[in-house]
Amino acid sequence: MELSEHIKTANVEDVTLRRPFHPALRGTLCVTSHHLLFSNRKDEASWQLLILLKNIDAIEKRAVGSSGTITIKCKDLLVLQLEIPGMEECLNIASSIEALSSLESVTEMYPFFYRPSHLTLLGPWGLSTTEQYYKQTERLWDRWRVSKVNSDYSVCPSYPSAVIVPREVDDDKLIRSARFRQGGRFPVLSYCHHSNGMVIMRSSQPLTGANKKRCKEDELLLQAVIDGSELGYIIDLRSAQQAQQARMTGGGFESKSCYRHWKRIHRHHERGKVVQESLIKLVEACSDLSHSVDRWLSKLENSKWLSHVHSALSTAGLVVECVERDGHSVLVHGSEGTDNTLLVSSLAQIILDPASRTVTGFLCLLEREWIQAGHPFQQRCAHSAYSHARLKQECPSFLLLLDCVWQVWRQFPLALEFSEALLLRLAQEVYASNYGTFLCNNEQERCAAGVKENTHCLFQSMLKPDIEEQYLNPLYEPTDLAIWPSVHPQSLQLWTGMFLRWTEYAQNMEEAREEVWSIVKEHRERV
Amino acid sequence: MEHIRTPKVEQVKLLDRFSNKSVTGTLHLTATHLIFVESNSTSAQEIWILHHHIASVEKLSLTTSGCPLLIQCRNFRLVHFVIPRERDCHDIYSSLLRLLRPVSYDELYAFSYNPKQNDQQREEGWQLIDLAAEFERMGVPCDQWQLTDVNREYKVCETYPRDLYVPITASKPIIVGSSKFRSKGRFPVLTYFYQEKKAAVCRCSQPLSGFSARCLEDEHMLQAISKANHNSRCIYVMDTRPKLNALANRAAGKGYENEDNYPNIRFQFVGIENIHVMRGSLQKLLEVMGTRSLSMTDYLVGLENSGWLRHIKAIMDAAIFLAKAVTVEGASVLVHCSDGWDRTAQVCALGSLLMDPYYRTIKGFMVLIEKDWISFGHKFADRCDQLDPDPKEVSPIFTQFLECVWQLTEQFPQAFEFSEWFLIQIHEHVHSCQFGNFLGNSQRQREDLQLKERTYSLWAHLLSEKQNYLNPVYSLSFAESHPVLEPSTQAYHFKFWRNMYHQYDRSMHPRQSILKHVLTLKESNRELEGTVQALKTKLQAFGVSTSPLKPQTPPRERSLPSRPQSLILGAPLLSRKEVQQEEDEEVLGEEAREDAPASTDGERTVEGSSATENGYGELTGSFGSKNEPAVVTLEFGVARMTC
Repeated sequence: MELSEHIKTANVEDVTLRRPFHPALRGTLCVTSHHLLFSNRKDEASWQLLILLKNIDAIEKRAVGSSGTITIKCKDLLVLQLEIPGMEECLNIASSIEALSSLESVTEMYPFFYRPSHLTLLGPWGLSTTEQYYKQTERLWDRWRVSKVNSDYSVCPSYPSAVIVPREVDDDKLIRSARFRQGGRFPVLSYCHHSNGMVIMRSSQPLTGANKKRCKEDELLLQAVIDGSELGYIIDLRSAQQAQQARMTGGGFESKSCYRHWKRIHRHHERGKVVQESLIKLVEACSDLSHSVDRWLSKLENSKWLSHVHSALSTAGLVVECVERDGHSVLVHGSEGTDNTLLVSSLAQIILDPASRTVTGFLCLLEREWIQAGHPFQQRCAHSAYSHARLKQECPSFLLLLDCVWQVWRQFPLALEFSEALLLRLAQEVYASNYGTFLCNNEQERCAAGVKENTHCLFQSMLKPDIEEQYLNPLYEPTDLAIWPSVHPQSLQLWTGMFLRWTEYAQNMEEAREEVWSIVKEHRERV
Repeated sequence: MEHIRTPKVEQVKLLDRFSNKSVTGTLHLTATHLIFVESNSTSAQEIWILHHHIASVEKLSLTTSGCPLLIQCRNFRLVHFVIPRERDCHDIYSSLLRLLRPVSYDELYAFSYNPKQNDQQREEGWQLIDLAAEFERMGVPCDQWQLTDVNREYKVCETYPRDLYVPITASKPIIVGSSKFRSKGRFPVLTYFYQEKKAAVCRCSQPLSGFSARCLEDEHMLQAISKANHNSRCIYVMDTRPKLNALANRAAGKGYENEDNYPNIRFQFVGIENIHVMRGSLQKLLEVMGTRSLSMTDYLVGLENSGWLRHIKAIMDAAIFLAKAVTVEGASVLVHCSDGWDRTAQVCALGSLLMDPYYRTIKGFMVLIEKDWISFGHKFADRCDQLDPDPKEVSPIFTQFLECVWQLTEQFPQAFEFSEWFLIQIHEHVHSCQFGNFLGNSQRQREDLQLKERTYSLWAHLLSEKQNYLNPVYSLSFAESHPVLEPSTQAYHFKFWRNMYHQYDRSMHPRQSILKHVLTLKESNRELEGTVQALKTKLQAFGVSTSPLKPQTPPRERSLPSRPQSLILGAPLLSRKEVQQEEDEEVLGEEAREDAPASTDGERTVEGSSATENGYGELTGSFGSKNEPAVVTLEFGVARMTC
């Protein structure tokens, strides 16, 4: 079925638009295959509002006499209202939005149609590849190699075609280890610390099962990681009890007897549905207009969102402590190794590695640790906080990462080259985008759908000099030190820039930020 | 001095409040301070605690490593010493008990503190704030309001100042009659005049109405206030208490205004709780925040259960109501509570701050405090426990006011000339008894104590280091476009003020501060501009024209003129004080250094790496246990940077 067939009424005149910070507007509403347009001018080329239909999380319709009101709740948390004269038009518009905002087929999505004149589809897609990363990282050359064992995605469907593994472990061993890990996600290198060569590895849980199966190759692989040093740490992102229970369903953990040189630490992290529900509750709390402080605090607490932020930062701190302070390598995994694992390993890198705190470095980190590493974006970000749809596999892990990075920035406002604006942009793009970067669930799917050939890369476009400037932190002063955030609850805060984005509060903050910018600029000009 | 039995104890351990870290050093006890000097020579930190700041000293039961001594301060510092020998501990303990309970005003630090100023400078300090000039600024006296001399000798109300402003139609008999009908004689007087609408903010205490008593003079008094405003005949009477409390007061012959007896009033309860509730609330808050390895859930639940932010919001709501009535409706408002010196001071001061941009400047804020708090007799001595304490009188009323202002600075980052450090510093000195301003309970008592002759003024001191308290993003144009602040009272705007309540818990604070950094930049901008000007003038003096490009004047020249070193980018912003001035500012200086950009700071690296040794034991210790606690209590609870 053609997309256009979903559109029964393409244009409605005399629609009233209401949204935060703007006076109500009267004009023409227009639905296209991918957008909702609103214009109050005769001139068709200019519009006051252009929303990607994919950005729409939920709509509510209400009849008032002969006209209807549609409330549109977006995935970037914007809420707006349309008053449409004529009930039939209203229902038509609503059903078009419903159908077109939940397209399943990747190739029908807007990034495949987005063709701005200033971008070209030629040239390499993305910022870097595993091979390039390896080439640039001299400290890896000695003991590590790039393996192409997964070049046809048969060993691990969610891994990229190339991964970095210990030099002394051959591809056969990797294949065996992959069979012993959930989803084939065998331990691969995530980060090698610049000052002591210690590494952060990540994987999924081992499939030890109820009868404590072993895999010699997997053990050898991990042995090769620590290479003669006496100790490595396994940070298991489940409680010890959960890890035990996982054995009943075929999963499990690395037992002390089989992995003698590895010490296991359990840190409980909520996952999946629980975290998604946290987001829903948090956003609900933020849009509650009652003025009772008690009620607000209790709702904020009840959402548990800040507790997730707290545990993610705490565990990342623990990883950094192992690597940087104690000088030991670390393996991080939970169950599937596609959510919390990536969250913790990338946060640890922000804390440890000055290179990942630049705009380019941060985007490369996201590309490496989230996109190539196979975070299932399509599943996780299918819906956001407003949707009434039954939850399937949604989970705001990526948003949680952005929140944690924001917390780090709050505590070290000079240490990151990028500003909150970059985080906000990413939080928006991950749910609905003109670009192909966050499409699909892994590299294999992206390959099959031809994402790299047919869409533009968000990160590349963000790094264009004139664009990049708006994401810069005016106060940036690079530091080589590790930046350890405080994880006292008193030190963590609600990310107001995100969750109270559409309030006046955010506007006052914006003005203050501009003032800071102008002071910095003045200073630069003078010096 | 005779109270000090052991002036110095060595090998004392100072335990960190939130981790298992500790440092060893020497404890000194002087007539004014308790001083801890860390023995480690590389990062020797010093802690100076003024005796007046100590709220309580507790000797805990003996442990293997020594005798623990827990000291809680009014500025929310909490220190935990372990003293090797019990006898030393006991000596310190009993000396402190005596020292922190001064029996007469003469023992307060303000009377011995000497910042090396001559008498003239001291006098100038006291003349900085002139309340008569302030009323003049508001446009008073005018055709409707006049200065009255009824209280020149403190005969009518001894807790009010000498100079009071009343409507011109309020004759002396009316004033005196009204004052007899008001608790503690605190009759309605003007505290703020909103010139634009000629609307007045007046304050008083509760009427002695009981169940049915009336007072014609008091009714006339309100009538006079109403007549003084041509804009709106109706005046709001805000009783800032919860209705239940006001009702209970009626049984004691006090109470509130009966609308039937007072024509043209609109009576309104606001519902701010009393000093006892506020004291309890703060106590609960501090208890929760002092918990070790606090979980996020316990933190938020504790914050809610303490009710603290609810009370802050109640005060804010009242102030917003006041500001709206005056600025939007142009109505005059009379504010009172029971005695009219706690909640009334909070609401009047905060309301005026919302209405008048002047009070959002450094000087204006001093004037505001001087007017609504000091001169109108907020009982600082009782509330802040300065002397001969009655625990039932102590209450964080003024702290709440400062916090309300802080909440506003968070909502309006460009509206205030000062930053939170100004508020925190004022709070510090309200309790330090180092300056004369806040001593005693009323103006009359201050005059009796001859404070202006015998002590120094805090305001002069604060103005002398004004640049430390500036808000770098303060914008005059914002003040012009927003003469009246209209804060949102959405619950999410009310936040926990970490920098106040955890000021001394270093591990909790961001290691880099936008505020300090931008302030440094701005200061340096100003300096550069100045240098350019100076060079231009110099060149002109040599007869060189300044307009063409001048390669012979490299930009580096800017470092030539001498200036305080604190202005160099990245250097500590707050300069270290002279020894006799040292005190707690020392700590601020310390913090400023931490807040400086990392790359210029060698000390942090040292701190980070020396911290390294400690946590490991905890790390290995945590392996064996099966049930890992969800909350990590390891070293990285501490914000820091390491190589």
